[in-house]
Amino acid sequence: MSIDTLPAATAVFDAEADAPAEPDERAGGREPLTKRGRVRLVFAHIAVYVAAAIFVSPIVYAFFSALKPNSEMFSMPPTLIGSEMRWSNFADVFAYGPFLTYIGNSFFVSITGTLVVLAVSTTAGYAFGRLRWKGRDAVFVLFLATLMVPQEVLVIPMFQVMQWFGWVDTYQSLILPFAFTAFGTFLMRQFFRGIPFELEEAARVDGAGPIRSFLQIILPLAKSAVAVLSVFTFLSFWNSYLWPLIVTVDYAAHGTLPVGLASFSGLQGTRWDLQMAAAIISMVPTTVLVIVLQKHLVKGIAMAGLGGR
Amino acid sequence: MSNTKQIPRRGTLARAESRQALGFVSPALAGLALFTVVPVVLSIVMGFFNWPTFGEKTFVGLDNYVKLFTQSPDFWPALRNTFVFALLYVPISVGLSLLLAISLSARIRGRGMLRVLFFIPVVTPMVANVLVWKMMLQPQGLFNGLSQTWFGVELPNFLADPQWAMIMVVMMSVWQGLGYNMLIFSAALEQLPESVVEAARIDGARGFRMLWSVTLPMISPSLFFASIMTMITALQVFVQPQLLTGGGPGNATQPLVQFIYNQGFKFQELGLAAAAAWILFAIIIILTALQFRAQKKWVHYEH
Repeated sequence: MSIDTLPAATAVFDAEADAPAEPDERAGGREPLTKRGRVRLVFAHIAVYVAAAIFVSPIVYAFFSALKPNSEMFSMPPTLIGSEMRWSNFADVFAYGPFLTYIGNSFFVSITGTLVVLAVSTTAGYAFGRLRWKGRDAVFVLFLATLMVPQEVLVIPMFQVMQWFGWVDTYQSLILPFAFTAFGTFLMRQFFRGIPFELEEAARVDGAGPIRSFLQIILPLAKSAVAVLSVFTFLSFWNSYLWPLIVTVDYAAHGTLPVGLASFSGLQGTRWDLQMAAAIISMVPTTVLVIVLQKHLVKGIAMAGLGGR
Repeated sequence: MSNTKQIPRRGTLARAESRQALGFVSPALAGLALFTVVPVVLSIVMGFFNWPTFGEKTFVGLDNYVKLFTQSPDFWPALRNTFVFALLYVPISVGLSLLLAISLSARIRGRGMLRVLFFIPVVTPMVANVLVWKMMLQPQGLFNGLSQTWFGVELPNFLADPQWAMIMVVMMSVWQGLGYNMLIFSAALEQLPESVVEAARIDGARGFRMLWSVTLPMISPSLFFASIMTMITALQVFVQPQLLTGGGPGNATQPLVQFIYNQGFKFQELGLAAAAAWILFAIIIILTALQFRAQKKWVHYEH
């Protein structure tokens, strides 16, 4: 997923938690079930769970493949579990390439990038959403217009700019160029505008300037928006491939997980067992993030006005 | 605090606020100027130059654009592949994720967990997802292995056959992206006003009739949004063919973005790559505009 496309879908995972009504009282589930309806419901469950099992099977198969000896990777007939559970594959990954460096780089770039995005987006979102200044709306439209430009148009000149700066193959080239996209500012502005102005007014009358009111009143109220923005920014940095591929030269020094993983397949040639172990390891942080934060990824669709309204 | 402090006149206050607003907005403005506005302008310029990564840059006017359409052997195939991919991917992805969102109705136990499960490939690194599929699609891999064991049928070598390779790139992409649209549709379905659904039910609407005449029109804004976003993503496809097939066999699965990448960073022709990127942008804009025009026919907004 590219940096440009990521942030749009924020989650409805929490809809479950938010909905006060029991499932049966929601639209589509009201009528008491007839006998025929109950049979159909059983079949619906079977269909959905079979679909889910098929859907998840590639990852399950990859996980067990990562535990096989390499010679059994393509055994015929195929087996899920090999002759032994070779957990050492997961350790061997780290011995083969600078895999630990990739992981460290990915965490460093993703976390730093997210912090930059948060700092820039919350401050700009505050200026656009809650302060009055001349030309505000015109500048905001300009901001939004930049959202249309696809990443592919930007990366080529961006590479040239990085060359001029002498930034090719550095951390700042991995972090900064895509840390100023307008999406975060847009998201924060939309959220800030929804906060009642009276809350701030009182503090302002008491002499608090915008900086204090931003830090002490507005920002604490925006925790959910900040959470949504953080998660999706982190994910987009973590998964970004095209730009790191272009701007990284020495993978052993500045390679992130995706480019490292991709180069790994060339490097190891036929070591599918290690490739699968590496792939599974790289999936862990983002999967954990989604599972842990599923209830807190709040109302992003509504917030960004993406529900279609 | 009390009123001992004199409240400044409105004008002074407004001026102070403007000044402070400038402080708040300037990091974003500076970043956007440096990392978006400058590159966009530079990209336009580069498109008119013979612009190698290293060495002399010469102005060539529209030559890059002419060259793409008349002399570049991979450009037309890349355009075709991009459209083929989008034409296959968008309807399948939108259709399946809609079906999934509807299937995961309120009566399904564990739907929250199922949603998370379907969403996982969206957030795991695309590179890792592709590697998993690449393993399964090997001639001796899972697909062929199961087919031979269960049915005694030997499947074609998917990634070596031009048609199959494209189908597999689409299939892998559908699997990867399904959860994203599913969430959008789930959100829309959950916001359906019960009164309308109830009224339709009293009028005798059931099953497919209910879906076609009530549910779908009511979530059509979300359908529209998802179709546009999915189409834009599809036109920008890169990682899946790059790693699954390398664009091959030959150039059978090489999409426009991979063509741009190759021109720019394999052959060091940044000018040509910039020109091709603008063509991609133009295609995205035109197709999006067409969809916006067509939406009047099928998208219903509440007023």
